[in-house]
Parts: sequence; C-alpha cells; structure tokens
Amino acid sequence: MSAIPLNTPVASAPPAHRRATDESPWVRWALIGVALGFLTLFLFIPLVTVFVEALRKGWEVAAAAVVEPDARAAIQLTLLTAAIAVPLNLVFGVAAAWAIAKFDFRGKNVLLTLIDLPFSVSPVIAGLIYVLVFGLQGWFGEWLRDHDLKVIFAVPGIVLATVFVTFPFVARELIPLMQAQGQEQEEAARVLGASGWQIFWRVTLPNVKWALLYGVILCNARAFGEFGAVSVVSGHIRGETNTMPLHIEILYNEYQFAAAFAVASLLAMLALVTLVLKFLVEQRVKGEKTLAQDGR
Amino acid sequence: MVFSRLLLKRHSVLPGFDLALGFTLLYLSLVVLIPLSAAFLKTFTLTWGAFWEAVSSPRVVASYRLTFGASLAAALVNAVFGFIVAWVLVRYHFTGKRVVDALVDLPFALPTAVAGIALTALYAQNGWIGQWLPFKVAFTPLGVFVALTFIGLPFVVRTVQPVLEDLHQELEEAAATLGANRWQTFSRVILPIVAPALLTGFALAFARALGEYGSVIFIAGNMPMISEITPLLIVTKLEQYDYAGATAIAVVMLVAAFALLLIINLLQAWARRRQGQVS
Amino acid sequence: MSFFHRLRLLAAGLALAAAVPTALAKDVTLLNVSYDPTRELYADFNKAFAAHWKAKTGHNVTVRQSHGGSGRQARSVIDGLDADVVTLALAYDIDELHAKAKLLPADWQKRLPKNSSPYTSTIVFLVRKGNPKGIKDWDDLVKPGIAVVTPNPKTSGGARWNYLAAWGYALKKPGGNEAKAREFVTALFRNVPVLDSGARGALTTFTERGIGDVFLSWENEAFLAVKELGPDKFDIVVPSVSILAEPPVTVVDKVVDRKGTREVATAYLEFLYSPQGQDIAGRHYYRPIDPAAAKKYASQFTKVSLFTIDEVFGGWTQAQTAHFNDGGIFDQIFTRR
Repeated sequence: MSAIPLNTPVASAPPAHRRATDESPWVRWALIGVALGFLTLFLFIPLVTVFVEALRKGWEVAAAAVVEPDARAAIQLTLLTAAIAVPLNLVFGVAAAWAIAKFDFRGKNVLLTLIDLPFSVSPVIAGLIYVLVFGLQGWFGEWLRDHDLKVIFAVPGIVLATVFVTFPFVARELIPLMQAQGQEQEEAARVLGASGWQIFWRVTLPNVKWALLYGVILCNARAFGEFGAVSVVSGHIRGETNTMPLHIEILYNEYQFAAAFAVASLLAMLALVTLVLKFLVEQRVKGEKTLAQDGR
Repeated sequence: MVFSRLLLKRHSVLPGFDLALGFTLLYLSLVVLIPLSAAFLKTFTLTWGAFWEAVSSPRVVASYRLTFGASLAAALVNAVFGFIVAWVLVRYHFTGKRVVDALVDLPFALPTAVAGIALTALYAQNGWIGQWLPFKVAFTPLGVFVALTFIGLPFVVRTVQPVLEDLHQELEEAAATLGANRWQTFSRVILPIVAPALLTGFALAFARALGEYGSVIFIAGNMPMISEITPLLIVTKLEQYDYAGATAIAVVMLVAAFALLLIINLLQAWARRRQGQVS
Repeated sequence: MSFFHRLRLLAAGLALAAAVPTALAKDVTLLNVSYDPTRELYADFNKAFAAHWKAKTGHNVTVRQSHGGSGRQARSVIDGLDADVVTLALAYDIDELHAKAKLLPADWQKRLPKNSSPYTSTIVFLVRKGNPKGIKDWDDLVKPGIAVVTPNPKTSGGARWNYLAAWGYALKKPGGNEAKAREFVTALFRNVPVLDSGARGALTTFTERGIGDVFLSWENEAFLAVKELGPDKFDIVVPSVSILAEPPVTVVDKVVDRKGTREVATAYLEFLYSPQGQDIAGRHYYRPIDPAAAKKYASQFTKVSLFTIDEVFGGWTQAQTAHFNDGGIFDQIFTRR
C-alpha cells in the first residue's frame, strides 16, 4: 500500500531531502530544547538526586545501610515477593492471552476490561480489599487465626497485594501481539497432528518470546517497587514484613536520609537495569510485531 | 467443555480453550473480583444517607478536588510535553537520543517511594530546585502536581510514538504540494491522525495519577482541606476504624476508575479503527 | 574403619553435640507493636532484655518491632497483627483493642504499676537555634505569622497529647473556659501548614524540610532531635504548663495465650520497671517513674507544671469522643479554618 516499507524505522536514518516537510531549524531546536528541558526537570534531576543524596554522608554510610540486617531482610522479602508474584502472573498472562487471542467468544471485551482493572485501582484500595477479606475483622480472619494461618501482616498478604498490582502486565503485552499473529500457524500445526501442548510450546511460544520477556520485565519492576498496597497490608514488622520501599520509608522517618537514599539507589539501579533490558528486548518485540503484521 | 459450548462464537480446532479460559476466570476472580467485591459489600452495610455523608463531607470533597484537579493538570501537561517529547524522539536527531528514549520509561521502572523521597528532597525549600523558586512546591498542591507529572510522563510519549513512527511521509508531502505551510500540515494532517493516541495517553496518565499514592505521600502536605489526596483519606479512615467510610470513598474512586478504563478502551478501539487494524 | 567412615562418624557426632544444647534452649519471638518515637528506646531495651532473659532462663528471646502512628498501630492489631505486647502512646488506643476486638480485658491498665506506664513524658516546643521567633509559651503559638508543626491528631497519639495540652493550657488560664479553649486551639491549627500521620514524620518535616517555626513535640523526641541532628540547629523550649503524657504498655492476652508467650511477654514489660529498664528509659529522654532513676536523670529534664488528662478532661474516653472522633471538635475546628 505504501512505497515506504513499513519496517524501516523512520527515526534512525538521517532525513535526506525533506524540505517541504521539515520545520525550520530554529523550530526544531526549540522543540528539542523544550523536550529535553522538560525531561531534565521531571526525570533526570530526580534520578540523579537519589544517588547524590545516597552518597551525601560518604561511601561507607551508604554501603553500611545496605548490608544492615533489616535492610537485608527487606531485600530478601522484596526478591521473594517478586519471585512468587511474577511467575503467577506469567502463567495467568499466557493462559488469558491464549484464550483471548486464539478464540472468538462472547464477552471477550468484558474480559479484557476486567483484566485491565488492577491497572486503574489505587494501590491503597488494593491493600484495603485484602484487609477486608483476610483481616481479623474481615471475612476469613477468624478462621485463619483459629488455624494459625497468617495472611495479612505477613508475607502471603504482601505477595497477594503485589500480585494484584502487577496483575495485567504480562497479559497486556501478550494479547495484542498474539491477536495480531492470528490462529493460522496454530491451526496449521493442528492439521499436521500436533497436540495442544506441542502447538503451544513449539508454535505459539517462540513467536511471542520477546513480548513475554518484556512483560515479565515490566511486571518484575513493578513488583519490586510497589509501595501503597504493601504499606496497607504489611504491619511494618522490622526484619520481617518490610519490603525495600517500606524500609526506605522507615529509614526516612529515622533521620537516616543518606541510608534511605542508599537503599533507594539500589532500587534506582535496578530500575536502570530494567530500562536497559527493556531497550534490548524492545527491538526484538518490534521485530515480532512487524513479522506478524507483514506475514498475514 | 462448558465454556466452549456456551461462549465460542465459532468452532475452533485449537485445543485448550476451556482450560485457558477456566484458569483465567478462576485466577481473575480469586485475585481481583472477589476481593474488590469486598469493598462494595462493606459499603452496602451503610445506608444511603450514611454513604452519602461519608463521600460528600467537606474534607472528602476537598480531597476529590485535589486528586482529580492535580491529576487532570498533570495529565494535560504530560499530553502537551509528552507529545513534544515523542515528536522530538521520532523526528529529530541529537546525541544521546537513544539514552533519552530509554530513560523516558524511568517512571515505570522506578518505585514510587523512591520517586517520592527524591522529588521531596528536590522541591523542599532547601532543595536543589526548591531554593530557586519564589513559591513553595513541596507540601503544597503544587508538589502533588509535580509528583503526578513525573509518574504520568511515559504514558503519552509511549502511546504517541508508534503512531508518529507509522505516519506516512506522503501525507505530509501531499499537504505541502497542495500549499500548506508547516503549521497547517501539522494541525490539519498530523494532529488529527495522532489525536486518538494522544487522548488515550492522556486518559492513561490521568487514570494512573488518580490512584497514585507512594510518590505523592511524601511531597503532599497532608493538610485536610488543602493538600490531602483521596487515597490518603482512605488510609486515614482505615486507621480510625472507620472501615465503612474508607470503603465508601474507595467505591467512589473505583467507579471513577472503571469509567475511565471504559473510556480508554473505547478510545483505543477508535484508534485501532483509525489505523486500519481490525480490533 | 576407613578414613571416610571415621569422618562421617565424627561429623555425626559433632552435629549431635551441637544439637543437644540448642534442643534445650528455647527460642522465643515476641512482637512489640509500638508508637512512632520509641524506635531507639526499644532497640536498646530489646538488647538488654534478651541478655537478661538469657541469663535468667537460658532461653533466647528475639523481640521484633513495629512502629507507626499510635492509632494506626492499634488498628493493625485489631486487624490481626499478632502483637504479644503493645506499647502505645495513649490508653484510649489500647482500650480500642478491647472494645473492637476483645483482645484484652477491660481493666488491663490496672495490671501494671502507675496505670501501666513505666515512663512518662510531656509536650514541649522544639524551635530553631536561637529561637528567632521568640517562642516562650503557648500563647506565642497563635500569633500571626508563626508556623506550627504537629502531626495529625486523627492518626498520631503524640498529636492528640499536643492538642489536649494546648486545650488544657487555655482552660487553665485565668478567665479560661471551654469556649476560649476552643478559640485558642482553632487559632493554633490555623497556624499549622502540614499534618503528618505520625510524630516522627512531622519531626522530619520540621527538621529536614525546614517547614515551620516551632514543632510541638514529645519531650523525648525533642531531645532526640537535638542530639541526632545537632545541638547547633535546635533549641528546646519548655512551656509554663503542659500535660502529663502516660504512654502505657500491656500484653495482648488473646495473642500471648494462643502463642504460649505470656510468661516472656509479662517479664518483658516488667523489665521496663526494673532499675535497668528505667535507666534505659531515662537515657532515651523518657521521664522514669522509679525514684532512683528519676533522681539520676533529673538534671536533663526541666521542671514543668503538669496536669493530667483525668483532671482536665475526665479521662481518655471523654477526650477522644468529644474531640477526636468523627464529627468531634477537631473535625469541626479543622473544616472551618
């Protein structure tokens, strides 16, 4: 339909002769200036602040803050929470994407909206609802206590709140891609005699592996950083139910600002790693998408 | 078996529908729907009068004004500047562009609490930026606005970028040959094409800002009637054993969030149709 | 026997030998749910108690801490936070544990000496070094142009003591009555720029973020701020009259009976009353009730005329209902400022 191939990124090659469709240079530089100024003010400076404040009292204080027992416990809890929440949402995302993308059924749009729900719910409300369900005054509170099971104010509650908040990430990445890819390849495999699992492992999954990874990376980043929902269900027991973001709040409240920023910079570094991974995987995802669009 | 028979619009040879849909629905119910219903059920224990009083008392209304107002303002700013950023990233070249492009996603990846303390440190009276400003930012509604702008930043950029990238140069060239100057080309050709994506990004940023807690809680003043955001009010009510009051306000926020979500989905469907894809 | 066989036997023997004493020593964990400013106090106290308990019984006890605004902490315990002991800012918050969840008996406060308060504190003013705004007493707080920092009475125990201290001062002034007291507190809150949910958050706002001219503070917090953040930055001003703040402690019966930790938990609280416990309290700027410790630390505290909540307000339940519950006087004051 167009003379320009769709998968040539417009932005990577310097424009040749585009005088009629170019802005004058000063407009261009003004726009670049505005964009960079905006980003500097709202993005770069805050990022730099984290590291500068962390090192305000020197290297040793920052390092000590990170290896201190409560901090280590917080790091472990954060990792554990992500290690449980992300795979759970991964399995869910794959199942949902399979059902939604490969089949045509009534209520599909409703399901899509429902899957997106956690995205628009305030984290505080996410925590609140689990307190309502599992708290002592809630639905299952008494039963849980009688059986000596702890959900709220213990690790399971934190995991649940994190699962809720990161619920749609993997699904949201997979669904559009799998929809664009259609069912033909899977149907062909079926005709050739493949079983359900074979179709899934050998046809579908390889086609979406980068989008899957992308979704997992996003899900993971959010799981590490969740604050509001976990704050409501945590109980703030030092060394036990404090995740890294909560631990940062505690340090902040104990005048240990350098320490708070030190732990924060750990998370900030993690965020930067996430961005790098995202960037690397994004190119592959774009490739998958273009293949899907062209291949139909 | 059950699901296939009831719901499938046309027969499919692919297996696994029941399993996949069954698991999806089960997980969705257990993790999302049933807990969310707890909020509504708790609120139903209130009489209409009590509910109305809980959600319309002056302090609560003041918090709505702040939350919705600041979120709207932040989303608008992000719409304008986010568009400019997307334009610059797609169309122009400068050193470090790739780094800037990757960093736009920082608010997605950075934990909200980290953003919160960093922004507070910056915009307090003695902060790097705060000390140069003649007015107070931290602990005022302005601070809330700043935090919400930060976290909404990537939404507009990321929804507009793909559309700008796919924009066919021929359209612009045609407009130019027909005598349009650059501004006319922009406002009459490019903008209408980008509009659905822009609106979607705006709505996403708005929805995200509404519920935000972690990054705002450090920089907001938390003064009832002035700089108290609605999520904080929910937590405060919770801490006063007023569960029903907390859930009442939560229900108001949930309804607003659902409505927004619906609008966003409609916008995205509109955008997809505009782009020529079948949804 | 082959070398490896011998090695294995040795390893088994060592493991067995190591297991025996640990099998005899019990490991107990307690959860102490406390209010905001006691972080440093209990960090020290828990160490001392662990050593004391180990020496006395040979068992190891680990005390975990949770801190937050007193009201918020009480709510968490009601929601199921498994506190063996609660050490909160005011009796009313603990009363709620009985009223809302029957976690302890109604007469819990009589079980330990002095209304179950092993130390007391009061409300003082923290000001910038040199006291540039010349704040000497409560009346200076309502002057125009003065910014007062206090946490939110709805969530913070310390904030409620602040409020009641201000109210009590206005009542006790010559010609003071309820209406004048209300005017005074309204004027006070008109001068408040930001409300944090806990005492510690508010102190951070005052000290680190440079907000406000005066911080209404727990006495021990004020001392801690001066010590931690620099005596060259802040001064403490003790007003003419203030309220006797009694932060009480108690075991949470339902929890300790279920977990079987009543003995340790009770011993933990009683240790607060012991000479060693009182010394730690004094060291952390709490006013000890034990006469010997009080004498030792007398020089660090200023003598101030103190009234109690019972004599001015008729007790916590009256005060909470009238002032701090929804629709109470604080809500009315605040909405109408």
